[in-house]
Amino acid sequence: MRHSRLSRFGLWLWVAAVLFFLFAPILTIVIFGFDKSNIETWPIQHWTLTWYSVAWHDPQVRSAFILSIKAAVVATILALLLGTLAAFGVHKARFFGRDSISLLLILPLALPGIITGVALHSAFQWAGISLSIWTIIIGHTTFCIVVIYNNVIARLRRTSNTLLEASADLGASTFQTFRLVTLPTIATALVSGALLAFALSFDEVIVTTFTAGAQNTLPIWILGAIRLGQQLPEVNVVVTMVVVLMFIPILIATRLTGSENITGRVSTGRRANR
Amino acid sequence: MKHVGFKGVLRRSSMCVAALSMVALGVASAPIGAGASGLTAPTAGMKPQTSIGKGEGKLNLIAWSGYAQPQWVKPFQTATGCMVHAQYANTSGEMVSLMANGGGGQYDLVSASGDADLRLIYGGDVKPVNMSLIPSWSEFRPFLKAPSFNTIKGVHFGVSLQFGPNVLLYSTKVFKTPPASWGVIYSKKYSGKITVPNNPIQIADAALYLETAKPSLGITDPYELTQTQFNATVALLEQQKPLIKAYWNAASEEINLFNSKTVVAGAAWPYQTNTLKGDKAAVADEIPKEGATGWADTWMLATKAPDPNCAYMWMKWVSTPRVQAEQAISFGETPANSLACPIMNSLSAGSCAGYHADKPDAYFKSIKFWKTPLSTCDNGKQDCVPYSEWTNAWTQITG
Amino acid sequence: MTTSVDDTTKSGGPRALHSSALARSRWRTAFLLSPPLLWFLVIYISSLVLMLITSFWSVNSFTGEIQHQFTGANFAQITSGAYVSIIERTVLLAALVTITDAIVAFPFAYVMARVATRRTQRILLGAVLLPLWASYLAKVFAWISILEKGGALNWTFAKLGLPAPNLGFTNGAMWIAFCYIWLPYMIVPIYGALEKIPTSLLDASADLGGSSWSTFRRVILPLALPGLLAGSIFTFSLTLGDYVTPLLIGGSNSTLIGNAIYDNLLTGGNLPLAAALSTIPIAVMIIYLAVARRLGAFEAL
Repeated sequence: MRHSRLSRFGLWLWVAAVLFFLFAPILTIVIFGFDKSNIETWPIQHWTLTWYSVAWHDPQVRSAFILSIKAAVVATILALLLGTLAAFGVHKARFFGRDSISLLLILPLALPGIITGVALHSAFQWAGISLSIWTIIIGHTTFCIVVIYNNVIARLRRTSNTLLEASADLGASTFQTFRLVTLPTIATALVSGALLAFALSFDEVIVTTFTAGAQNTLPIWILGAIRLGQQLPEVNVVVTMVVVLMFIPILIATRLTGSENITGRVSTGRRANR
Repeated sequence: MKHVGFKGVLRRSSMCVAALSMVALGVASAPIGAGASGLTAPTAGMKPQTSIGKGEGKLNLIAWSGYAQPQWVKPFQTATGCMVHAQYANTSGEMVSLMANGGGGQYDLVSASGDADLRLIYGGDVKPVNMSLIPSWSEFRPFLKAPSFNTIKGVHFGVSLQFGPNVLLYSTKVFKTPPASWGVIYSKKYSGKITVPNNPIQIADAALYLETAKPSLGITDPYELTQTQFNATVALLEQQKPLIKAYWNAASEEINLFNSKTVVAGAAWPYQTNTLKGDKAAVADEIPKEGATGWADTWMLATKAPDPNCAYMWMKWVSTPRVQAEQAISFGETPANSLACPIMNSLSAGSCAGYHADKPDAYFKSIKFWKTPLSTCDNGKQDCVPYSEWTNAWTQITG
Repeated sequence: MTTSVDDTTKSGGPRALHSSALARSRWRTAFLLSPPLLWFLVIYISSLVLMLITSFWSVNSFTGEIQHQFTGANFAQITSGAYVSIIERTVLLAALVTITDAIVAFPFAYVMARVATRRTQRILLGAVLLPLWASYLAKVFAWISILEKGGALNWTFAKLGLPAPNLGFTNGAMWIAFCYIWLPYMIVPIYGALEKIPTSLLDASADLGGSSWSTFRRVILPLALPGLLAGSIFTFSLTLGDYVTPLLIGGSNSTLIGNAIYDNLLTGGNLPLAAALSTIPIAVMIIYLAVARRLGAFEAL
């Protein structure tokens, strides 16, 4: 579709403005990591690198970070499996109450996390399950499923069934069809869903408070540090380091999603394979 | 995964509903167990252990952020072999909820503030502590040895830790002379420039003000209010609402408000004052003529604590003068141990005075420490307003 | 491509194949649904149902124990007084944030999906996802320092000679913070939906004489609807349930439903009232999804 020069200019201006909006606070976080003072005022009076040393040597930060990563990875994998299954189930099925499944699956996001947290805490206590990284993972998977489900089902609704029928007609087994036809179709939805789910899990604080047991994930540590309010620039430093760390995985992930031919000639069934 | 079938799933889930209902309700709401006459603490009869045995190797804490710093955790771990796992809670309510069902066999100790203590005690979530196993207890200030928020009828349910007054923080540029009364934070003169903590227990501060400002109400204990007294206090707070710029939730928030000169007066802790002063802000704090409320933290032992020996070792450790001083300076509060003052000054000159730790006991008599408002009043009648009503009213006021 | 197995009903073979395929697909559906469903029913839904039941009970204010007697008092309470304004404020804010994010995200996602080269597309996607890794708490905190009285926004306005907006600790600050935090969750699904629109459709629309605007209105927008819906579900529901942002950046009139639930449940120990309050987000989401269905966003195309 051709766009006039004016509309192209307007669109790219919008993109620049949105990027500025997205990154200005991130820049603020990075800058205040160099602020000597604990009270964040603008402009900064004294600059220092000590907070980097403090954060690097802080054992609580290290253990919280590692716990968060572990929980997020496992929760995302579980959510990928379960969310995709649910999306396929709902998409294919024609049973009464199909739409209420959509509602049920959205509830973990819609309800305040405190409800999910207390409900899970009670459930674990009753079942005699002691709180550990596994209970954290269960809690996180509960809402990560939604992210994957939403992404996959939106993609499925936009995919024509004829490809799958053709594949079956041509004698492919269910698994082959899934691997060679279905999976490539939903691949990018899975990757972007996984990234969103990972971010949600990595950032979650209230459900985690009730399912973690006597340990802290990174967000719990951050909330505690904000509450304590004594080393706020250390929080900024930690966040900066996490963002820098995540730069590479995101780069890799976006490579994975960029495989679609953006002019996507889906209807003729030809896929731009890598 | 075995194919279960929809009906099977339904049957299973309804059983779960029934079972969960029995437990989850009791668990999530932490009821205050009532006897036929007055309240009884469910665990009061439990005899605490008479000696500290061998350490179990681990210790699970629910603590305020800053209460388990490496400075005193590392030496503790080396000396006792108890590896400390601390989880940070953000509000008293979270602490109570996490400690439900006696800590669930999950947690050993909780550093509860006065507004949560009685909820934990009467909910049966904490059990009595043997003070003879805590030698430093004899060095505690008298009013913290057996305070009414953690000691019921002579039974100790925890070890007092640290405390702090809720002071009036004000801008010295606006107030050339220190304000004489709490009335300044209820005054239209400073509309939009006042801040108070976002905590239902703040109702007690208003009640404390009314104790002097409206003696006809007959308020004697700001935590035990009859319905009439409560209504009058709520009315005052509703008058105050339009004057408030923001209700602060974290110390750093209030520091921001004062530092950016958004507010000129408010209720605060000495920690905020000292931090602002350290950044050369023009502020000061005081306890006005009506007195002040105060908070005090107690390490309480979970009823189902899995590591009681390590727990006792910890309580012993953090009660010693050295650790008391270290924590007081680190967090910004006042130690319960009266011998901590000189050590505080050796670690940080002037810190003892900065946190009012050098004041005599009489000074602290004017501080009304937090305790959970219960429906029983000292007069034996059961007509005081309980904390659930306080919370509801607070939501109505601030909503 | 439209003839399907259904048409060949004459001989027994294909038909028999088809009905056994249907039967297999029913089993397959059940298999596909059962692990996630089990998960939800056993762990989550039963606890939720439980909470909803308690919303019809009450707490004895003397003992704090739950009275197992049916009463509508909780619902009467949350539909009066300050609770009404809390609920209104939350729903309004959620709607406002959703609309704002949809408007901000759409052109951005459009550029990503249809205008940018493949390389730029990847860069833009990475740029959208990167802020997600900065902690939510740190981001809100950053907005405090930007919006407050001594902050960067006031400073910029002062340099430009404009009056200071003084947005710190207001509902406006909450609106900005929420829009900011949920924006990537709106951009990504819209991008996903727009990306899959076949160019042939757009070419056909142009061939048939449609202007850019009517192509947008009649072809692109309806096809992007599922993506818009998915994104709006995030922004709407996440705002409905949030309680941290009001605590950090809100003013004196910023209590949201999440705060009221938190206070009543944890601080007040009043589970029935908190449960009654939590029916509100559920009801709102039901209405929201029903409206979305009416708008056809659920239809497979």
